[in-house]
Amino acid sequence: MEWILQPWPWYIAGPLIGLMVPALLLLSGKTFGVSTSFQNLGSMCAPKSNLPYLKNFDRRSNRWQLVFVAGIILGAFVGSHFLSINPVSFLPDHYYSLSGMARLALGGLLVGFGVRYAGGCTSGHTIMGLSNLQWSSLVASISFFAGGLLLTHVLQF
Amino acid sequence: MKQFFVLLIGTFFGIVLVKSEVVSWFRIQKMFLFEEAHMYLIIASAVAVGAVAVYIIKRFQLKTVFNEDVAIKAKPYQKGVVIGGVLFGIGWAITGACPGPIYAQIGSGEYIALITFGAALIGMYLYAFLQPKLPH
Repeated sequence: MEWILQPWPWYIAGPLIGLMVPALLLLSGKTFGVSTSFQNLGSMCAPKSNLPYLKNFDRRSNRWQLVFVAGIILGAFVGSHFLSINPVSFLPDHYYSLSGMARLALGGLLVGFGVRYAGGCTSGHTIMGLSNLQWSSLVASISFFAGGLLLTHVLQF
Repeated sequence: MKQFFVLLIGTFFGIVLVKSEVVSWFRIQKMFLFEEAHMYLIIASAVAVGAVAVYIIKRFQLKTVFNEDVAIKAKPYQKGVVIGGVLFGIGWAITGACPGPIYAQIGSGEYIALITFGAALIGMYLYAFLQPKLPH
């Protein structure tokens, strides 16, 4: 059981992530994805909004999204507090500063805006969409990657 | 019952996200710098398993455990897939977190990720506000 407490290798983690797709489809009839939860929270926090994006959102049929992300939070807690010998380092030290927090804020803004404009994230487009052979998800995944390379190699922010 | 399954699957997903360290800025950085194959292999093997599963579900017209038809939501193409996609990619490289990992970082006790989360919600509102004017 020792290996469980170490970081999991790709050939364990990757297939397990792939299994999220049939697990959600067969046990709940839901299409795997995380980023619609942002729209869900937005619509919940602004129930009287006149913006069509929030007003026309069907919160009832999308309630599962919030249950799903609650599960992610719970699972991450279990994973890092009970299933890890060495704590996972999430962010570099220089993010714990005013400028670092400003970077996180800017990055988070781009994540929230970008995923909703693109209609999905790494889960909904790259894992679920590609598994379902969606042409747009291939374009989306290439775009995600292009954006990441742009920042890392060109903008170097 | 359905929501219980969803919670269970979400919890399992959260554990895998943390244990595979795909929620770490360092892993994302090494992916974009082509220093490590970890992320590429995880994504590729996840898609391979997911694609086989979707094929089997469609081929044999499998039903859910509640005996309902499985309806997979399509992802229609629009210009935002490219524009929004690139913007998200930039944000992903900065924060080291896509939406799933944002929640996972918070759950792990990395509370600085609450900034990422709050900003992502503002980004979502910005999209909601600009949606009628943006090209789709």
